[in-house]
Amino acid sequence: MSNQPGRGNDMGAKLNGQAYTTAAMKQFQFKEKYKLFLMALPFLVLVFLFSYLPLYGWIYAFFDYRPAIPLSKTEFVGFQWFTTLVSNKYQMEEVLRVLRNTFAISSLGLLTSVLPVIFAIFLMEIKSTRFKKTVQTLTTLPNFISWVLVYSFAFMLFSVDNGFLNNLLINMGLIERPLNILASDNHTWLSMTLWGVWKGLGWGAILYIAAITGIDPEMYEAARVDGAGRFRLMWHVTVPGVMPTFFVLLILGIAGFINNGFEQYFVFSNAINMNNIEVLDLYVYNVGVVNNNFGFATAVSILKSIVSLILLFAANSLSKLVRGEGVI
Amino acid sequence: MRINNRITIFDIFNYTLFALFTSACFFPFYYLFINTISSNDLSSRGLVMFYPKEIHFDNYIQVFKIPGLGQATLVSFARTLIGTALTVAASGFLGYLFSKPTMWGRKFWYRFLIATMYFNAGLIPWFLIMLKLGFVNNFLAYIVPGIVSPFFIILVKTFVESTPISLQESAQLDGAGNMTIFWKIVMPLITPILATIAIFSAIGQWNSFQDTLFLVTDQNLFTLQFILYRYFNGATSLATLLQSGASDTNLANIQTATSIRTTVSMVVVIPILLVYPFFQRFFVKGIMIGAVKG
Repeated sequence: MSNQPGRGNDMGAKLNGQAYTTAAMKQFQFKEKYKLFLMALPFLVLVFLFSYLPLYGWIYAFFDYRPAIPLSKTEFVGFQWFTTLVSNKYQMEEVLRVLRNTFAISSLGLLTSVLPVIFAIFLMEIKSTRFKKTVQTLTTLPNFISWVLVYSFAFMLFSVDNGFLNNLLINMGLIERPLNILASDNHTWLSMTLWGVWKGLGWGAILYIAAITGIDPEMYEAARVDGAGRFRLMWHVTVPGVMPTFFVLLILGIAGFINNGFEQYFVFSNAINMNNIEVLDLYVYNVGVVNNNFGFATAVSILKSIVSLILLFAANSLSKLVRGEGVI
Repeated sequence: MRINNRITIFDIFNYTLFALFTSACFFPFYYLFINTISSNDLSSRGLVMFYPKEIHFDNYIQVFKIPGLGQATLVSFARTLIGTALTVAASGFLGYLFSKPTMWGRKFWYRFLIATMYFNAGLIPWFLIMLKLGFVNNFLAYIVPGIVSPFFIILVKTFVESTPISLQESAQLDGAGNMTIFWKIVMPLITPILATIAIFSAIGQWNSFQDTLFLVTDQNLFTLQFILYRYFNGATSLATLLQSGASDTNLANIQTATSIRTTVSMVVVIPILLVYPFFQRFFVKGIMIGAVKG
């Protein structure tokens, strides 16, 4: 691997055969390979500090840690935080509820992952270039704003006092009293999924548009000669053309099943919808940061990481099975 | 070609569908904007729905008089500029280094880096380490942890490997060291991918919210995003604060909770709207390079 001569040096030796002896060349390469490493080292230290060192913090899961008290003066509790997960009936119900939310929202997310495919295929059927460009520009825009801003939009559009939707419906005489959509526990999973679709659909379609552009035009020509109409072309040429891309993203989606994020659920959560919006990441925050139960929150994080790694390797094997190559 | 020129029911359906979804994507931006420039009185009664009424720009002047907002804007801009510059430089340089097969332990260190995309220790362990390293209530917390980003480095490495190696070789023959080759030869070649990374990183920095939430309690370090979040809880009292000091302004334009929230939202979104059209083509290129790697 690293003792292979670099291509550049090889070439140098050939051209300047006189100037470089093999020994000098070796000496140069020896110095060169450590020099390259030393230049990368400061950055690798950063990676260690921010990604690997926190793993050391997993020991907090085995102590009854309270903020401001040093770990040395803290009681070692072994696997207590892990066992409370299953031994305490109340605690177990909590965790099951959070897992149900996580899985429900992730599943709905996976179901909606066909939408960008449909979006891309249908957009390619639009003939007006200007319309197409406008659609692409405006639908990718929401991807680049923060969830806080999305919540700000949601607040303006759907809030109970003078939100756009309530005003519109009342003006039209469809409802008498304003609907409180944001502070409601009905369809929380669905509304979270819809916000995700609103934010990510246009952006998600870009990859598929690229994939469709890459399909050989002769395939369409051949199919047309065989008498295929517009829909047959879509179904028999375009759809198979984007399938490989779809599978890669689907498999990556499975790998990230348990990690559906924090920010969206944090900004949209309130006392009324908390029961159904609390996904794992938000739960860890509420237990750890809000209630200061560091040990238990860390234990949940550890279990989550383990499940997440298992899912990643499962997805990788699945990918090897389906596509013949892995995703990691 | 007869069939191709006919407008079918599918075409009508298709155009309508895209027109609807595109409007749904854009309308919130528009709706917020017309509410910030309309009479605050009409806006707070929900009477501004499809077009602005009694246009004025007082909100944009008044909003920067809110204590802390100017500072937050400064912090947001500072972290975006400094963070982006460092991330781009580090991604470019590391991507170049990792493209060299001669590097000692290259495969191992590359995996050491990429692995961090697939695990994280969890909130509490991460927070406690950040606390120990002194990154709580420290501006550097916005910058340093983000400098090395595995995904960006994959992008650069893939890109460098696609450039002709002979350019680097001939520079080497002329006696150029690694740094010279990187600055003079590689950097100019990889500017498209560095531009992509710059814009992704800048938007990430501008939108970042969690680091402030977890690591910062010092008001001087609050970002615009964080201030905006806080306004959903406390904007009403802020409005009274402003009203008491603004007796000379037109009654219709007095700040309300809604006007503060919408105006701050627009302040947060305007920089994105400004750079977005110029960089959109880079996004598309960037995500396609990423896709090649899969």
